[in-house]
Amino acid sequence: MADQFREPIVERVYTLNLGPQHPSTHGVLRVLLDLDGEFIVKADPVIGYGHRGHEKMGENRTYKQFLPNASRMDYLSGLLYNHGFVLAVEKFAGIEVPERAKYIRTVCAELNRISSHLLWFGTYVMDLGGFTPFLYAFDDREHILDILDRVSGSRLTYSYCRFGGVCQDVDAQFVDTTRSFLKRFRSRYHDYDNLVTKNVIFIHRTRGVGVITVDQARQFGVTGPNLRACGIPYDMRKIEPYEIYDRFDFEIPIGTKGDALDRYRVRLEEMEQSCRIIEQALDRMPGGPFWNEAATFKVRPPKGEIYFGFESARGQTGYYLVSDGTPYPYRCHIRVPSYGNLHVLTEVLRGTMMADAISILGSIDVVIPEIDR
Amino acid sequence: MGNTDGSDWVRLIVGLVIVLAFSQLNALFLVWLERKVAGHIQLRPGPKEVGPFGILQTIADGIKLVGKELISPAAADRKLFPIAPILVFMPVLVGFLVLPFSPDLIIRDMNVGVLLIFAFSTFSVLAILAGGWASNNKYALLGAVRSVAQNVAYEIPLLLAVLSVVLMVNSLQFSHIVEAQNRFWFIFVQPVAGIIYLICATAETNRAPFDIPEAESELVAGFHTEYSGMRFGLFFLAEYTNMFIVCAVATSLFFGGWNGPFGFDLNIPGVVWFLVKTYILIFIIMWVRWTFPRLRFDQLMNFSWKVMIPLSLANLMLTALVVKFV
Repeated sequence: MADQFREPIVERVYTLNLGPQHPSTHGVLRVLLDLDGEFIVKADPVIGYGHRGHEKMGENRTYKQFLPNASRMDYLSGLLYNHGFVLAVEKFAGIEVPERAKYIRTVCAELNRISSHLLWFGTYVMDLGGFTPFLYAFDDREHILDILDRVSGSRLTYSYCRFGGVCQDVDAQFVDTTRSFLKRFRSRYHDYDNLVTKNVIFIHRTRGVGVITVDQARQFGVTGPNLRACGIPYDMRKIEPYEIYDRFDFEIPIGTKGDALDRYRVRLEEMEQSCRIIEQALDRMPGGPFWNEAATFKVRPPKGEIYFGFESARGQTGYYLVSDGTPYPYRCHIRVPSYGNLHVLTEVLRGTMMADAISILGSIDVVIPEIDR
Repeated sequence: MGNTDGSDWVRLIVGLVIVLAFSQLNALFLVWLERKVAGHIQLRPGPKEVGPFGILQTIADGIKLVGKELISPAAADRKLFPIAPILVFMPVLVGFLVLPFSPDLIIRDMNVGVLLIFAFSTFSVLAILAGGWASNNKYALLGAVRSVAQNVAYEIPLLLAVLSVVLMVNSLQFSHIVEAQNRFWFIFVQPVAGIIYLICATAETNRAPFDIPEAESELVAGFHTEYSGMRFGLFFLAEYTNMFIVCAVATSLFFGGWNGPFGFDLNIPGVVWFLVKTYILIFIIMWVRWTFPRLRFDQLMNFSWKVMIPLSLANLMLTALVVKFV
């Protein structure tokens, strides 16, 4: 009888298949969690459910034809991807861009960054169980989508930027609605502060949760707000200024501890900085042509290769293009920030609770189709 | 139940029929109210298509649920799985037997009324555990395990808070407790107990920010993940009926039941006072749900064992001393 109680428990750890159909995996992420009770022993992200072969498609299309693909990788910051691709090809093929177009692109790109961060804000608080801020954030985001819809014709997957400019000029109404949005958005900050940032439960759920150390960030190639939350002011807009970002006065918000609360604060502060960039760009926007259209008819970069890195809403994104002198790229590789940001989970999740796994997963803000592409 | 003659049986049967009808209609109304409140908090109109102000929406949803197929997972426990939703709804009905809607509107004014209502509400945890276990699903099991731990942890401060009221009245009979409040509601005399009761009641009914057992962002739907059709509907209705019961108990124990404030009745019937106060409390619980994020499981337990229980114990001690010596 006594021996019966001394027998070791054979299966202490069990595997929980989180996703790919789960309310909180944001797309089609699947994480295999080895759980000991509610504690995570091992986390193993499984990717590839959203693979569409964008890189291979790039090899079979002209540079211009690849434009719609660019915004479909990270569908939440589509315009930033679109913008980055256009910048890469312009640099590669030596295309001149009118001044006005540069300002328009910057305004739209930063608007897109705000909308991406807003969606993250809403879904993150929803992951923590607060449903209302989600709809507040969507309400604000809707204004941005309306503004961008009017100039570009699409709400989510933009192909607004073209080689040598943008496809459509902006008018006075665009400037007005953007300004009134900024005013409204800043007044909403107060609501967000009261509803979420100062909420005791929210602070309890995020402070000290999911700490990414600087070493881990370096090993896994974590970039974007996740890296800046660790206290490293690494932002492509400041480190290697592209487009006209060196002309604006803005700051790179950083955190101190690298926990979920820091990541939250960094993103919220980044939205404010984007507002500042938009304001300055609107003030200084010159007149003149908005598109050097002649340049787009025959895009044929010289033989060689180029890597162009830029800052998307999730971190450093890069296009690596190899040309053999034909209108088709020989190789089109995309460096996506979410890949590194996601895989740092294997380290960070170890030893945390199941509920925190959701919180951490939400706080690093991954877009899975961008990883699978 | 003492000496039961014919009229008592009639009273019981009529009461049961009324309770069944009332609890169903009330649950449907509360679901509609919840969606409407949530909608307005979230800057949207809520349901408005079916019937005036969308009031028939939940009836349409209920009909849809009845029409749905009852799916049992292949690995589920054949006997326990269908029983669990019935088990969860049954104790909820018993609670109505002793609720004091007005001086004349109590189905059975038992001398152990308070005890009975809490004894039966504890029962629902068993049903949740049965449902979670029988589903043979990891999410459901996790939800059920959490639910048991949470309910055990929060029942203690809940009962301690109730006990301090019982000590003051020296009776477990609802009508006595309510009559004792015809001048001052106990929320003014026992504010700590009242607040502890409301917090624990929120946790008891698995409502946000304590909705850990069915935390949809973590556990999909928690213990009722595998339930479909009207079986899911029963869990759903039980949740809302439970919410009504805990708020009705709060009204009778702390907010004066059928009495108006400070002895002013304003010629309004007692049952109206009672229902108005109950629905205001329900509204507050809904308001809380749509405002706060969810606590983590260990934080929830810490909050109960380290804050609520010592506080309610101290409150009970103080009450006992005051009752004894003053």
